[in-house]
Amino acid sequence: MKIHEFQAKKIFSEYGIPIPRGDVAKTPDEAKAIAKKLGGTVVVKAQIHAGGRGKGGGVKVVKTPEEAFQAAKAIIGMNLVTHQTGPQGRKVKQVLVEEGLAVEKELYIGVVIDRAQGAPVIMASEAGGMDIEEVAAKTPEKILKVAVDPATGFTAYHARKLAYGLNLNADLIKKATPFISSLYKMFLAKDASLIEINPLVITKDGNLLALDAKMTFDDDGLFRHPELKELYDVDEQEPLEVEAGKYKLNYIKLDGNVGCMVNGAGLAMATMDIIKIAGGEPANFLDVGGGASAEQVENAFRILLSDKNVKVVLINIFGGILRCDRVATGIVEAAKRIEMKLPMVVRLEGTNVEEGRKILMESGITFEVATTFEDAAKKVAQLAKA
Amino acid sequence: MSILINKDTRVVFQGITGSEGSFHAKQCMEYGTKVVAGVTPGKGGQRFEEKIPVFNRVIDAVEKEGANASCIFVPPAFASDAIIEAIDAGVDLVVCITEGIPVLDMIKIKKYLAGKKTRLIGPNCPGLISPGKCKIGIMPARIHLEGGVGVISRSGTLTYEVVWQLTNRGIGQSTCIGIGGDPIVGSYFTDLLPLFNEDPQTEAVVIIGEIGGTAEEEAAAYVKAGFKKPIFGFIAGQTAPPGRRMGHAGAIISGGKGTAAEKNTAWKTAGIHVETNPAMIGEMVASVLKKK
Repeated sequence: MKIHEFQAKKIFSEYGIPIPRGDVAKTPDEAKAIAKKLGGTVVVKAQIHAGGRGKGGGVKVVKTPEEAFQAAKAIIGMNLVTHQTGPQGRKVKQVLVEEGLAVEKELYIGVVIDRAQGAPVIMASEAGGMDIEEVAAKTPEKILKVAVDPATGFTAYHARKLAYGLNLNADLIKKATPFISSLYKMFLAKDASLIEINPLVITKDGNLLALDAKMTFDDDGLFRHPELKELYDVDEQEPLEVEAGKYKLNYIKLDGNVGCMVNGAGLAMATMDIIKIAGGEPANFLDVGGGASAEQVENAFRILLSDKNVKVVLINIFGGILRCDRVATGIVEAAKRIEMKLPMVVRLEGTNVEEGRKILMESGITFEVATTFEDAAKKVAQLAKA
Repeated sequence: MSILINKDTRVVFQGITGSEGSFHAKQCMEYGTKVVAGVTPGKGGQRFEEKIPVFNRVIDAVEKEGANASCIFVPPAFASDAIIEAIDAGVDLVVCITEGIPVLDMIKIKKYLAGKKTRLIGPNCPGLISPGKCKIGIMPARIHLEGGVGVISRSGTLTYEVVWQLTNRGIGQSTCIGIGGDPIVGSYFTDLLPLFNEDPQTEAVVIIGEIGGTAEEEAAAYVKAGFKKPIFGFIAGQTAPPGRRMGHAGAIISGGKGTAAEKNTAWKTAGIHVETNPAMIGEMVASVLKKK
């Protein structure tokens, strides 16, 4: 789960990680009031779950409360397009108004899970304020890494290794040690999967602050963090994906026109792959789970079809525990209820496949029944082109 | 022979009284698996299906019934505790079916396993089967055929698809293992390939990978260094958009790394027969093995 910058910064401050003074505003008047309280130069930052906000015109530096009002007026309600939002952009609902800082140097620090090492890894770099993935690809030597063993936990040496590696002076090293320690503590305490501060800034008066804040949580860890649930912003999600989540369906919208419904994530990915190989374009990833109920199948159908790009539907079910006759019944009932008009290709395999196919054939609804995986992909690709 | 499990494997089901646990314990018993005990804390003393003893602790199943493998059907909040209990009870193999265990819990488990004799398969996996001998997991038994091809996969239903393609061509399997789709799992390709390398029943191996992580690249390095048998591979997620979680928490392409294209190249370079069409995997195995 992703959260907004202002929400992440609030958690940062609970853990004693220094952040600029500021507050979030939903209206230009609120922004003006915050700017007045802060005094001097302020930064008005659009709050959306995507990076690259500055380049897209979502960040403005202003000198007076009146200018803060104007900046907030321009940003709130705008459709902000960045390299991470896709061409459709994201509507901005709120802005973070923060004190402007005199920055001496920009750094980078982050914590992620390294799958290969099976440990959280803290990364730091003097190349702050840039696209860190690009830094990692072009100049990997500029990124310092420290893996933390869960048995020994985080130690002061870890912080020293990074702080000295960042070429900080003696005074800043004293500040960096508790900063990094808190960052790691927060990562564990909140079941985070990613924390990034880019840039981490050294100000001209010698302080170390998190100028930006990005925090993502492990979805599987959320059950032990009821306090994080209220940070979920439904408006930042694809509406169909939200709807799918209600029925425990795993749905991801894509750009093609072949809607697909598959049981199991791996098979769903392979189904997308084979559609493409056959010359079609998948409209979505949809996993109804290994044991989908008839009700889930029906809801999956409804969600799939509410994507207006979908021209043809492919259902690929490998029944294991999930029996094919049960899936077939679900498909038929749902198709009748929603008065399905699009062509459908159904490929069933596995437990009770004969009964399943029979139910489809005798339903009175026109299905193209595919016999193999390959056959299914070819049939939908043809129908999509027709 | 087969790897990890055979006719003599004695299995305890942790969470046997739950709806999923009891259903699959019964299915495994029907297949012929020696399910010797169940564990549900607080329900010790009961009998499962009127014959299998239920204990409060895994250690009792080990000491009294000689259990040497455990299959875990425990909700995510309690699953890491259940895995540690099984490791401490000294079983050789733990198969964790549970989906949704927090990554930080798995990091601790992974470290705890180091230096211990227990092997963990999963979590978030369908389990494993040595056709004709033993099944510990949730896969449909009837699609399998006893034979000489080992299968290792990060996916569930896609494994069924591949196994079915093999079985339909008369190609049987020695052991099929679903290692799980989570970012951190107990066993990776590189942990299991050496076992297939030494197993006399196994003549060839199929590995099914996924986008995300580096498990496939590590497998490539291992194969290149000295895997003796014909090996085949498929990577799911060639068309997946970057940065999205495709059902499996592990299936995220981060920072341009872990793409299907990179993994395919690594496998080909290592001498693995690679197929990009998921419907043609069985055909590829059949054509290569026939030439031998």
